[in-house]
Amino acid sequence: MNAANYLYVSALLFTIGAVGVVVRRNAIVVFMCIELMLNAANLSFVTFSRINGDLNGQVMAFFTMVVAACEVVVGLAIIVTIYRSRRSASVDDASLLKR
Amino acid sequence: MTTSTSLVYLIALPLAGAAFLLLGGRRTDKWGHLLATALSASSFGVGLYQLSQMLGRSTEARPVSQKLFEWINVGSFNVDAGLLLDQLSICFVLLITGVGTLIHIYSISYMSHDHDRRRFFAYLNLFIAAMLLLVLGNSYLNLYVGWEGVGLASYLLIGFWNQKPAYATASKKAFVMNRIGDMGLSFAIMIAFATMGTVSFTGVAEHAHHTSEAALTAMGIMLLVAATGKSAQFPLQAWLGDAMAGPTPVSALIHAATMVTAGVYLITRSNFVFDAAPTAQLLVVIVGAITLMFGALIGTAKDDIKKALAASTMSQIGYMILGAGLGPVGYAFAIMHLLTHGFFKAGMFLGAGSVMHGMNDEVNMRKYGALRKFMPITFITFGLGYLAILGVPPFAGFYSKDMIIETAFNAGGIKGIILGSVALIGAGITAFYMSRVMILTFTGTKRWDEDAHPHESPWLMWLPMAILAIGSVTSGYLLSHGHALVNWLSPLFEHHGEHEELLKPIVVSALALTMVAIGVAIAFMKYSRQEVAAVAPEDVSIFTKIARQDLMQDRFNEAVFMRPGQALTATLVAADEAVVDGAVRGVAKTALGSGSALRGLQNGFVRSYAALILIGAIALIGAIWVVVQ
Repeated sequence: MNAANYLYVSALLFTIGAVGVVVRRNAIVVFMCIELMLNAANLSFVTFSRINGDLNGQVMAFFTMVVAACEVVVGLAIIVTIYRSRRSASVDDASLLKR
Repeated sequence: MTTSTSLVYLIALPLAGAAFLLLGGRRTDKWGHLLATALSASSFGVGLYQLSQMLGRSTEARPVSQKLFEWINVGSFNVDAGLLLDQLSICFVLLITGVGTLIHIYSISYMSHDHDRRRFFAYLNLFIAAMLLLVLGNSYLNLYVGWEGVGLASYLLIGFWNQKPAYATASKKAFVMNRIGDMGLSFAIMIAFATMGTVSFTGVAEHAHHTSEAALTAMGIMLLVAATGKSAQFPLQAWLGDAMAGPTPVSALIHAATMVTAGVYLITRSNFVFDAAPTAQLLVVIVGAITLMFGALIGTAKDDIKKALAASTMSQIGYMILGAGLGPVGYAFAIMHLLTHGFFKAGMFLGAGSVMHGMNDEVNMRKYGALRKFMPITFITFGLGYLAILGVPPFAGFYSKDMIIETAFNAGGIKGIILGSVALIGAGITAFYMSRVMILTFTGTKRWDEDAHPHESPWLMWLPMAILAIGSVTSGYLLSHGHALVNWLSPLFEHHGEHEELLKPIVVSALALTMVAIGVAIAFMKYSRQEVAAVAPEDVSIFTKIARQDLMQDRFNEAVFMRPGQALTATLVAADEAVVDGAVRGVAKTALGSGSALRGLQNGFVRSYAALILIGAIALIGAIWVVVQ
């Protein structure tokens, strides 16, 4: 199977994720879209690892997973806290930093 | 050349007085004036001691010098702060401290009702110290310090009653006009340094022989500019009339007897420059001749007694400058006239102060009249000064002024005839306006305000007047007896061949006395035979109107210098606003504008930030792609 197809899938996933981040308001969904983009990047890494025949890309994918796991922990905690105080998980409601 | 260690006391004593009174504050109010007077008198004592020492030495050893400290030592350029007392400076030292002390004594009484008397005496002492430094400095640079010092003291004293805005303006005017002259002096020093590499009097005198005439002419002209500023000579004469805003003792000391004669001192001291630069010397003579007529004409129209005397001072200094410009033959006569003028003009100013003291500070002579009976001592002392300035023999002015007129006539050729005639006519006009002052003030009918109660001044005031009057009578004879002053000063000046005499001295004296008689007669006809109006008449000829406005000197300065100057500064300010400030504000405005434009992006919505990051990333990747392709 042509390795480029994996890259197409990766690009598709990344685009879906990016569009999701931009157009969705729900913080949980935005969060999932970010995860989607990270996984799209992981897919690219692994594919390139395969194409180049070395393990660098796979190692990089593990790094990304670790970072993603940490990010999920911190990010979900923030979202839950905001939801508790504001009774809303919409990212547009949390636009207080500009003031 | 003898060295001495006591010269510095001449300056240090009054300077210490000024410092003590200014720093001591109100604590010294009670006795400050006595201290200042005592210090001035002790400085006079030191001067007399120096004179006695000087008389005891041979001619070559008479000049005394004292090195105070090394002032500037840069490479080959070396200036010591040093004092030089020679035959010329001692004349000035005795005049300054002598007349200065008398005026201190006078001021004790004159200023007794002024709650700021202590400050007045502090400034007087400061003036004495600065003036002594001016005449004792052994280089142009030391002289410059004193030159600025007297300018400062003059400024402070003209504006002594600066609660009146007009007086404050007068002091500012004097200061600004003096600055123009000071600039001339600093240029002269620079020229001396650039061409000769030295600024000391002895150094410049040595180098003057082998310096180009162009450089000496430039230096001479700059020295003349300095002299015109300080001595109120044409074209920088306009400040002197307004300087009468100061208390009358100040007018007597600074603006009649001493400071305004500093220009004559400067030219006489720089004789080695002017002797080698005939063009500059000619300019000196022209300035002197113009000013002596200028001052005399203004004097004829002034109703303010002090301003009439100020115009007269300007005119008399014109005589001195004229004398000093006539070269080696004239220097001694210029100094002689300076000394006699110091006596009679200071005396007359003090007399004017005494009259004002008795007349509620009224200065308008049209409101005087018949004061002879009420102020006999003032009348007599003023009258003696009057006879001296007229040049009536045997009073002082007869010897000194006639000498200058005679020297002017003998200057040779058409120049001599013109200068002599101007000086002669000036003497006639002097007689007219001084007689006018006498007649309006002391004779005729009473034209006083109702609340005027004229009375003779206390002895503290008339005693200095009397001493100065004695000087007015005798100084001319004493100084010219056996050519005393001429011989005394002759070692300082280059010797000269005998000039051919155009007119015999006796003829000159006769001519001068005729002119004086005519002047007195006209004044008598005009002011004694007719009733004098208490208010100045308005329907007068155009000449009188012009003379009343000081021959348009202020109008001229305003039209030629002030308004273009103001226009120039307005333009510069506008240009500064538009260009420099504009550029600075433009930068700030650009930063502000772009900031507020960019602020719109910071809307707080996470999704818009994410979109921007996305767009940025895509743009970056696109750019990289384009470059790589």
